[in-house]
Amino acid sequence: MLKNRKLPFAVSLSLVFNFILWLSAGSPSAAGELETVLRGLADKSRVTIKKTVVKLGELGDPAALPALEALLHKRLRVDAAGRLIIINEEETAGTDAVSGEAVPIDSAALRAPRINNAVRRVLRPAIARLKLNSGDPDVRLAAAKALMKRPSAAILPLLQKTLKKETDTRVRETLSLVVAQIQLQGDDRDRQLEAFSLIGQFGDNRFKSDLEKFLAKNADGAFMETNPEFRQAAAKAIASIEQRQFFKNQIGNLFYGLSLGSILLLAALGLAITFGLMGVINMAHGEMLMLGAYSTYVVQNLVNTYFPELFNWYLAAAIPTAFVVSALVGIALERLVIRHLYGRPLETLLATWGISLVLIQTVRLIFGAQNVQVANPPFLSGGVELFQGVVLPYNRIVIIIFVICVVGLVSMLLLRTPLGLQVRAVTQNRPMASCMGISAGQIDMWTFGLGSGVAGLGGVALSQIGNVGPELGQFYIVDCFMVVVLGGVGKIAGTVAGAMGLGIVNKFLEPVAGAVLGKIAVLIFIILFIQKRPQGIFALKGRTVEN
Amino acid sequence: MIGSASRQITELHSPRTWCGILAVLAAAAVVVPSLNAFTSPDSFLHVPDYVIPLLGKYLCYALVALAVDLIWGYTGILSLGHGVFFALGGYVMGMYLMLSIGGEGVYKSDLPDFMVFLDWKELPWYWRGFDHFAFALFMAPVIPGLLAFAFGFFAFRSRIKGVYFAIITQAMTYALMLLFFRNATGFGGNNGLTDFKRILGFSLQEPSTKRGLYIVTVLVLFCSYLLCRYIVKSKLGRVLTAIRDAEGRIMFCGYDPLNYKLFAWTLSAVLCGVAGALYVPQVGIINPSEMQPSSSIEMAIWVAVGGRGTLVGALAGAGIVNGAKSWFTVAMPDFWLYFLGFLFIGVTLFMPRGIVGLVGRLFRRGVS
Repeated sequence: MLKNRKLPFAVSLSLVFNFILWLSAGSPSAAGELETVLRGLADKSRVTIKKTVVKLGELGDPAALPALEALLHKRLRVDAAGRLIIINEEETAGTDAVSGEAVPIDSAALRAPRINNAVRRVLRPAIARLKLNSGDPDVRLAAAKALMKRPSAAILPLLQKTLKKETDTRVRETLSLVVAQIQLQGDDRDRQLEAFSLIGQFGDNRFKSDLEKFLAKNADGAFMETNPEFRQAAAKAIASIEQRQFFKNQIGNLFYGLSLGSILLLAALGLAITFGLMGVINMAHGEMLMLGAYSTYVVQNLVNTYFPELFNWYLAAAIPTAFVVSALVGIALERLVIRHLYGRPLETLLATWGISLVLIQTVRLIFGAQNVQVANPPFLSGGVELFQGVVLPYNRIVIIIFVICVVGLVSMLLLRTPLGLQVRAVTQNRPMASCMGISAGQIDMWTFGLGSGVAGLGGVALSQIGNVGPELGQFYIVDCFMVVVLGGVGKIAGTVAGAMGLGIVNKFLEPVAGAVLGKIAVLIFIILFIQKRPQGIFALKGRTVEN
Repeated sequence: MIGSASRQITELHSPRTWCGILAVLAAAAVVVPSLNAFTSPDSFLHVPDYVIPLLGKYLCYALVALAVDLIWGYTGILSLGHGVFFALGGYVMGMYLMLSIGGEGVYKSDLPDFMVFLDWKELPWYWRGFDHFAFALFMAPVIPGLLAFAFGFFAFRSRIKGVYFAIITQAMTYALMLLFFRNATGFGGNNGLTDFKRILGFSLQEPSTKRGLYIVTVLVLFCSYLLCRYIVKSKLGRVLTAIRDAEGRIMFCGYDPLNYKLFAWTLSAVLCGVAGALYVPQVGIINPSEMQPSSSIEMAIWVAVGGRGTLVGALAGAGIVNGAKSWFTVAMPDFWLYFLGFLFIGVTLFMPRGIVGLVGRLFRRGVS
């Protein structure tokens, strides 16, 4: 009862106190002033809170940041004594907003200052301004980017002041863009011209709509902007932005093309090797990808159940497992079916199609027809933002590196080991290799296992970027075949060139023609290409009527 | 002239076989429709209404099998893209049926419903003319034929064959499937063309129309069979078989395989287009899933099951596999893919000459 009667008194007192503080905005010792201003946040009036926030922003002392951010994220509390306390997410512990000391909290006695959109509107720029004074360049950059979204003429002097002492080039660039943006909207014509050249120099797509206003026409078809100099400057800035954006997009396309190409490469490598070796197409090859992806799924679940603390590293176990599972299935396939169809490639094609149906249906009966969830380990989620709008995800970068390693290992195996020598011998001339004492059947078996195992690795990679379902393999198989057709058989270099070419061409055509028309264009290109080079990009030299 | 032609036809088979063929033809074209039309529904002999379009569907598949056999069984070229020709023929007929609905669609517009749905104001240029039945009938074989001719010309000219050719045809059907899945392509996208009302003024719901379509299908299949039989018996057919068995040698003998292959390939596509055109009014829908690579591969297995290089085998294989499919998908749907998968494996491993070869061997063993 007593408490309740006291509280209104305390509040009105603090209100009066604050008001006096506003009127006498002198500059006592910085820390002391900050502390007194901060108290304003504890007020019940939203108007006072808003004013306090603005004041804190003007003071520019980063020490006020924790309290402001806590206010924005609804983690600021006021205790009975009017002390500001920042609580943690679980609301179990708190720190004093002014001193930073840990304080015991009693949630019943705490009150959350209420804020509305008017407060939030001043809160965000205030936080950004404080961050601009931070010692960490990354924090400053983030703050500058936040300001770019909500530029306001009020902070122009502050920005110019900050800009003068800023040393980090990225932050400088972003800040000068913010300045240019504000100047563009202002009334000062000279400043506007300056802004055009600045934006043209550093700007990106976001500025286009601002610039286009200067080229707009009114209903009579006359330019709204009467000064041709301004129109020219705006047009020039737009052109240079577009050019830069085009360049950035091309870099992004190139990356995604490489990424797609590396996956196709992993998927098609085994196919190309076995096709070169035995002259048969394994229609069940796509299902090796699928088995690899499902192996990853199973390993993930096992690790999650039995060794949850090692979950971040489950891929280390999934990679060998996927390789072994797919390789064993491939070897079984070769021994049980393909061996008996030697010399009848078309029948082999049909039989392996049958096997792929059986594998798909088996997986569907065991795991269900729905897609299963394969999680990215934490270190593979996220990405680097190369430019604004062009993000390179970590998982794709890692997959490209992974593919380089796998292709390196496979080519080492084929070029530097006795097995590789024998594989190449059988690929070139099977009867002659047999005469030299190479057991062609054994070589077929091991090569098939290797090719399928590599496809299994492809499955691991795919599970990290796409859906894992029973029809995963079917989705990629046609593209794999095209890689083999394009790259020719029996040469890793050809497969690499084919896969990368196909991946990059696909990604460059997609924005122009759309995904489907792009695919059709690629197919027509392949048909025309094999008019010129029926044996692929890197053909084995030789003269035969029959191949 | 007529005499020589009829003699050529009668010489295709021995008189005994002719009797058998005509008996089967009579049973299919006369007896089955009569049993549907003139017996009472309770009768033991009655053929229910739903059976007629089902049989018609099988006969269309049999026509496809005939076409695949001509190009694979006799010429040795395995196509994994015949589904495209079948579907194109079907789409051509579907376009006519779609336009013949007139203003009776859901949206009461002269345009097909899906175009109204996409907010299109007028027919795209490539839909023009398909409101005439004769034009659609003409285009149904011509469009697949032209595509096959162009594709085959480029492929055969650069001597693509064997598995290379097979996977390129698969890529072709895959690409066209993606194209037809797009709404913007103008063929109804995902849903394809459906909700047909009538053909040449006859309601497609009427049992009599269904019987009529069925009888037409039987007759077309019969004529196509005779045509294929005529071709494989002729000198042209021997060259085709020679290309299958030793293409190098036939080239050294002075024949250019390109023209022969191109002829067989284009004819095969034309037959598929006709089959598709007959299929759509009986089944009532055509959509891009007919172009899935898997449906084209299934066509190859029909022929392989029946026996390659024997036209009768192709017909029988289509009937048996599709009959099994109808039964499995009702009785135990989970095992249909197993059955199909093991059929692919088993037939290639243990029955390279298919059922016809198996029957022939049993017959010979019985005789000796």
